[in-house]
Amino acid sequence: MQTFKLGGVHPPENKLSAESVIETLAIPKQVIVPVGQQLGAPATPVVNRGDEVKVGQLIAKASGFISANIHSPVSGKVFKIDNVYDASGFRRPSIIINVEGDEWLDTIDRSDDIDAEIKLNQKEIVNKLNEMGIVGLGGATFPSYVKLMIPDGKKVDYLIINGVECEPYLTSDHRLMMEKGEEMLIGATILMKGLNTDKAMVGIENNKPDAIEHLKKLATKYKGISIHPLKVKYPQGGEKQLIKALTGREVPSGKLPLEVGCVVNNVGTAFAVYEAVQKNKPLFERVVTVTGKSIKKPSNFMVRVGTPVKDLIEAANGLPEDTGKIISGGPMMGKAVLNAGIPVVKGTSGILLMPENEAKRAEPNTCIRCGKCVSVCPMGLEPFLISKSAKLAKFDVVEKEMVMDCIECGSCSYTCPSNIPLLDYIRLGKNKVGQIIRNRNQK
Amino acid sequence: MNEVLIYAVGSLGAIGIVAAIILYFVAQKFKVYEDPRIDEVEEVLPSANCGGCGYAGCRAFAEGLVKAGNMEGFNCPVGGADVMQQVAGILGLVADVTEPMIAVIRCNGSFANSPKKVQYDGISTCASASVLYAGDGGCSFGCLGEGDCVAACDFDAIHMNPETGLPEVNNKCIACGACVEACPRDIIELRNVGKKERRIFVSCVNEEKGAPAKKNCAVACIGCSKCFNVCPFDAIEMKNNRAYIDYEKCKLCRKCVDVCPTNAIHEINFPVRKLIVKEEKEKAKKDTSAAEAKEAVSTKTVVSKNTNEVNKTEES
Repeated sequence: MQTFKLGGVHPPENKLSAESVIETLAIPKQVIVPVGQQLGAPATPVVNRGDEVKVGQLIAKASGFISANIHSPVSGKVFKIDNVYDASGFRRPSIIINVEGDEWLDTIDRSDDIDAEIKLNQKEIVNKLNEMGIVGLGGATFPSYVKLMIPDGKKVDYLIINGVECEPYLTSDHRLMMEKGEEMLIGATILMKGLNTDKAMVGIENNKPDAIEHLKKLATKYKGISIHPLKVKYPQGGEKQLIKALTGREVPSGKLPLEVGCVVNNVGTAFAVYEAVQKNKPLFERVVTVTGKSIKKPSNFMVRVGTPVKDLIEAANGLPEDTGKIISGGPMMGKAVLNAGIPVVKGTSGILLMPENEAKRAEPNTCIRCGKCVSVCPMGLEPFLISKSAKLAKFDVVEKEMVMDCIECGSCSYTCPSNIPLLDYIRLGKNKVGQIIRNRNQK
Repeated sequence: MNEVLIYAVGSLGAIGIVAAIILYFVAQKFKVYEDPRIDEVEEVLPSANCGGCGYAGCRAFAEGLVKAGNMEGFNCPVGGADVMQQVAGILGLVADVTEPMIAVIRCNGSFANSPKKVQYDGISTCASASVLYAGDGGCSFGCLGEGDCVAACDFDAIHMNPETGLPEVNNKCIACGACVEACPRDIIELRNVGKKERRIFVSCVNEEKGAPAKKNCAVACIGCSKCFNVCPFDAIEMKNNRAYIDYEKCKLCRKCVDVCPTNAIHEINFPVRKLIVKEEKEKAKKDTSAAEAKEAVSTKTVVSKNTNEVNKTEES
C-alpha cells in the first residue's frame, strides 16, 4: 500500500466520533465573524453597525490577491464591529451579528438535489470561488481560487483530493466523505475543469475502510477520479507528503506543488466548491468535530461560522470536569484557545477537549542524541540541530539547516524521549529566519 | 654521533636563517599601516563588546572613531562621559556631550494589576509567546514576563521580579539597548536618566481603546488625554489611544501624575509626596498667625528630607 517514504509517526488514532452522523447545530443567538479568517490579508468590512443582513450576504470584501470574501452566516442585525479574541490568541477585528430568524438570500439554492451538470467554464469557476469566499478547509485556509490560477507554461497533471485526515481524533472529513461523497466528487470534477486536467486522485488512509468503499463505488460514475487507500502514517495529510505518497514526486524545497504538476485540495474544500458552483452558496458553514476522551458525546456538527465554541461543547453534552485544554484543531498541529467564547472560523476542523493529565507538558530533559527526531522528520531535517541553534540564537545555522522547509507537523516533539519542545524552538527559528529573509529581499 | 648532531643543528639553523630572511622581506612587502591611536583608544574602552555604541565591538568602535576624525555621534554608553573624555584626550578632540540614558520598562501589568487568565505552557521565551497569544492577562501589548530582556542583558542590570512578574532595571544599566531589541512587544525604552535620576514616564504601551484596555489591566493608559491637557510644556503626545511623554520637553512638574485616573504615569526617585504636606499647606493658609505658618513650612522640609533619605536607602 502507498505511503510517503521519509519519516512519520503513528500517534494513537482515537477517532472517537467516527460513527457520529453529522448533525446540524442550532443557530446561536449571536455570531462573531472575524474578518481575518483566511491566510493573507484580512477582509475589509462592508457593513456597518445596525445593518440588516441575510444569510449568505457579503459582509467583508477581500482586500488583496491573497484574501477572501466573508459572507454572513446568519440573518439579523450587525451589533458592532469590534476586536474580539479568536483562535489566533489575539484580539482581531470581527463583525458581531445578533441573530434574527434564518432568512437566506434568494440566489442560494437550498434544495438537497444533487446537480452533477457543470455549466460554468474554467474562468467562471475561478471567479465563482473567489466571489464565494472559498478557502482551503484543511486548516491553512489558503484562498482556493488562487490555486486554480495556473501561470503560463505550467501544466497540472493531477488534482489531488486530500481525504487523509491523519490528525488523531478528527473525523470531520471522514464523515463528510461518507455523507456527502457524491457532492464531494462533483466538487472534485469542478476543480478538475478549473485546473484543466482529466485526472484526480483521492487519497484516504486505510483506517477509514467504509469511506474508501463508499467513494470507490461512487467514483465509477465520475470519469478520471480514482480512489487510493494509503497506509496510516502521520503526517500523510501534509501536501508534500500526500503528493509523494500518491505520485512518487517530490516537491522541491521552497516550491509549490504546482512545480511537480499537482494541486492539492481538501475534501471539505471540494464539497464547498460544489456548493458554491452548483448551489450558489458562499462558504459560511463547515463540519466541525467535537471530541475528547472524557466528552460524553463525541460528535460531528455542521456549524455556521462565528458560532462560539462553547455552543458546540454544550451540544456535545457539556464540558467534562477534568478538561485541561481546549484545542482548536487536532492534537498534533492544533492550538490551545484562550477561552470557550472564541468563534468557529473557516479553518476550524475540530474542537478537542484534553483531560488535565494529558494537557500538561512533561518536564524537558537533556538531549540524549538518540536521533529519533531525525528519523521521524517527514521533510528530512535535523530537528535537534535546528532547535538547539534557534535556542542559542544562531539563526545563520538555522537557515542553513533548511528551517523554512519545516511543515510544523510536530512529529519531532511527539517522538522525543526527553520531552524537549523541539517544534517550539524550530518555530521560533522559522519566524526569525523568515524575518531575516524578508529583510534581505527588501534590500 | 657528534657528526650527526652537528649536521642536524647546522642544517636546521640554515633553514631557519633562510626562512627568516624570506619572512622579513615578505613582512616588509605586505605591511599594513595601522593607526597606533586605534590601540590606544581601545585600551581605554571598557572592552564590554556589548554593541551599545552601534558598532560590532570595542575594536570596531575605536577604528570607526579614529577613521571618522571627529567625535560627533560617537558615544560609549558603558564608559560614559569619563571614557569619552579620555578618548577625546588621545585623539585631541572635544568629546560630544551626551546625556546618560537608562532603560525604562513601560508596562505595569503585574499579577495584581492584570490577573492571569490563562496558563502559558510553551518554551519560556517572549519571542515564542508573543506570536502564540495575547498574554496571560489578556493584554496584547503588555509584558509577557518570560524574560528575553534579562537574557539579553550583559550587565546584570535587569531582573525579573517574581512578585510582580515584571522586569526591573537597576543602576547598572548603561543603556546599550540590547533589551530594547530583545523585547518583542517594544515595551522597553531608553530614556534620559534625568536630574537627580528623577524620571516621569507613561508605564503603558497599550493601543486599545479605554474600555478593553482597562478590562485587562487596572493601570492601563486609557487614552483619556487628561495629562495631555494639563501639561504646561507641551511634552505629552497622544497617539494610538495612549500618551507618550517626551523626556526632552518634560520639566518634571508632575502635574500629569496627579491627573492620571489609572496611575499609568510613573514618577521615579521623587521625594514621596504625602498627604501631610498638602494638609500642612491648607493649615498654613487657614491660620492667620505668621508664626504658625513658619512652623508648618519647617515641618514640611523635615518631611521631604526624611523621604529623600528613605528614597536613597531604597536605591542602595
